[in-house]
Amino acid sequence: MHDQLIQALRLLPDRLAWHVILSASALALACALSLPLAVLAYRHRGLRWPLLGFSSLVQTIPSLALLALFYPLLLGLSALTKTVLHHGFSALGYLPSLLALSLYAMLPLLRNTMAALDGIDPAVIEAARGVGMTAKQRLRLVELPLAAPVIMAGVRTASVWTIGAATLSTPIGQTSLGDYIFSGLQTENWIDVLVGVAASAVLALVVDQLLARVERGLGASGRAGRAGTRLGLGALAVVLALALSPLLIPAAGGGYVIGAKTFSEQYILAELTAQRLERARAHVARKLNLGSAVAYRALAAGDLDVYVDYSGTLWTNVLGRTDNPGREAVLKQLTAELKARDGVTVLGPLGFENAYALAMQRNTAMRLGIRSLIDLTLVAPSLRFGSDLEFTSRPEWASLQTAYGLKFGQIKQFEPTFMYRALEGGEADVITAFSSDGRIAADNLLVLPDPRGALPPYDAVVLISPKRAGDSRLIGALGPLIGKIDAETMRRANLSVDRDTNKVSPAEAARSLGDSIGLPR
Amino acid sequence: MIELKSVSKGYDGHSVLRDINLTIPTGRFVVLVGGSGAGKTTLLKTINALIQPDRGTVSIDGVATHAIEPHALRRSIGYVFQDVGLFPHMTVAQNIGITPQLLGIDDAEIAERVEGLLKLVALPAGLALRLPSQLSGGQRQRVAVARALAAAPRIVLMDEPFGALDPVSRGKLADDYRTLHRHLGLTSVLVTHDVTEAVLLADRIVVLADGEIVADGVPGALLQGHEDPRVNALFDAPRRQERRIREVAGA
Ligand SMILES: Nc1ncnc2c1ncn2[C@@H]1O[C@H](COP(=O)(O)OP(=O)(O)O)[C@@H](O)[C@H]1O
Ligand SMILES: [Mg+2]
Repeated sequence: MHDQLIQALRLLPDRLAWHVILSASALALACALSLPLAVLAYRHRGLRWPLLGFSSLVQTIPSLALLALFYPLLLGLSALTKTVLHHGFSALGYLPSLLALSLYAMLPLLRNTMAALDGIDPAVIEAARGVGMTAKQRLRLVELPLAAPVIMAGVRTASVWTIGAATLSTPIGQTSLGDYIFSGLQTENWIDVLVGVAASAVLALVVDQLLARVERGLGASGRAGRAGTRLGLGALAVVLALALSPLLIPAAGGGYVIGAKTFSEQYILAELTAQRLERARAHVARKLNLGSAVAYRALAAGDLDVYVDYSGTLWTNVLGRTDNPGREAVLKQLTAELKARDGVTVLGPLGFENAYALAMQRNTAMRLGIRSLIDLTLVAPSLRFGSDLEFTSRPEWASLQTAYGLKFGQIKQFEPTFMYRALEGGEADVITAFSSDGRIAADNLLVLPDPRGALPPYDAVVLISPKRAGDSRLIGALGPLIGKIDAETMRRANLSVDRDTNKVSPAEAARSLGDSIGLPR
Repeated sequence: MIELKSVSKGYDGHSVLRDINLTIPTGRFVVLVGGSGAGKTTLLKTINALIQPDRGTVSIDGVATHAIEPHALRRSIGYVFQDVGLFPHMTVAQNIGITPQLLGIDDAEIAERVEGLLKLVALPAGLALRLPSQLSGGQRQRVAVARALAAAPRIVLMDEPFGALDPVSRGKLADDYRTLHRHLGLTSVLVTHDVTEAVLLADRIVVLADGEIVADGVPGALLQGHEDPRVNALFDAPRRQERRIREVAGA
């Protein structure tokens, strides 16, 4: 527990710094957009409804979805600039997070600024005209100073929202305090989750208090007010500078960017990849916790250099295939088509499959007389199905339903961790398990065989980005992994990270995994 | 010289000023009187273009006001608002110095003027750093008068400027202002509903009723009586006051 905490805190400076950079720049951008727009809407009433309508609409989009939506949008834009200007930009990480968070912060800023300006006594505005101010002078000398405290309250609301929502930028590849929360939830490392939550809460509170000081200063005019405002702003600048200082230590540039999706096996394989590359004296950067669709696109676009995906996932989601020609044929066609389509190299299979499979508690299955998916068809209407967050929207689910005529009484979605818990706790009868998951053996689950071959094979394969296709250092470092990791080995590694007691970190699990397949440290 | 020619103004069909013709020669002190809602404030605001008339023209020294940039026009005319209209976030000194500041006059000069004006409106110099919210109603009115005078305007428009003052200081400030007006050769237009005050201050009284000028003359003549009963009713108060004072003094 003590070790876990120390390990978590070691990552804090970098994550906190990025969290602050992201929140501060998103807030700055939101202010830069909202204040002029609100002033414009104050002068031209017709703009007010569309502006408030738009920003309210943005608020109704769940922030996670908004962040995710910006990625494909920017990817398209980047492809466009690449063809037109011969210069693309990274659509992963910072940029989509910045834009989504800024958009999200606009509502409180717009609303408060408009309300503040509308609330100014008309007699004071007429006096400003009467003493000979132009419209600009009126804004600078009278309207904005009088509106400032209410605008500042909007900035406070927006900053608390932004600092909270910035944790959601992790799945689109932006380092933030959310990294603790996402991987902590996956590996049930509650210390990580708490560190992430506490750090962002403390950050939000500190910033809110400092802004409150500025706000009070603006409210109380005169010398005391100005001093208060200056003190608050000064303290904010110090916090910002402190938070950013770790980034001033020059980062090793030009490294390999390793990606991972949001589950333990992916973290372990990413760490294993990193350890292999570091042993070859290469610099590495990690982008963990990527959304499933984000990872492949990021690799094809060159934002990632290497990550592990699964043949069946690529087969159905990237190539859009629904047929199942068999394990070897899928691998062969995938290798050829990804190369031709996106320039992505399939370095080779690691040796194990992490297949989607339906699983039940062994004694429930026995009681109901279920031995394979065929037996499930009849009893499914009286059973509850617990799925992970994506399975029921994937083509595999459709083909499973067609092949076996499956109709469950109830379908619920869970984070993978909670999905196993739900099965254990009796809130679900059948779940979408992963065949390499350590919890299958640990929880004594029965994986239901798929005699009709409705689910494609899911060989774990190492993918390499187009720009690293001929990179001998990378291929040399990862080549020894190909074909070396069997399902049992992977399951053991996964379990060591997922289990409740005696947990190890993904990096430690990766080292043990490397040892067990005979790699030199 | 201020000239209004056939000035009319209305709000959604309801007319507030009807065909006003008024010429105020330079150096005069004109007081506009009339019941509440008669259109006094509206008339005053058309002079510094705070209100655009629907028809007719306003000109100052022969130049139509609509041909002048409104902010330049207003910087050259002192204006005291009926509801005072001080800037709540500015100190007394900042409020008084605002128009000179807009005109780009340097800070030392502004500070000097502020000091002089505070003395003129009989406010202690120690008030300079207070906010309007820290003043009494009467003190605020004095600051508003000082602000109107700060840019050394040739024309001063005042909308019930002494309403919140007690009778003694009201008479004193009005007297002081009248002296200043004469001394600087200002052209002053003052609005009041207090006819006694009008009689004491004015070179000339203009009576407004229902948006029309119903009487226009020197105070003495209007006190004698007028054919319009509305005007007569208005001047009844000072006449009665005068009679009573004479009775009491005689007895
Ligand atoms: N902005 C406005 N909209 C509608 N009616 C107005 C407006 N300003 C003034 N009025 C009306 O015009 C009339 C004259 O107003 P005003 O000039 O303020 O009168 P006074 O100053 O003589 O009391 C009043 O009936 C008032 O209700
Ligand atoms: Mg009035």
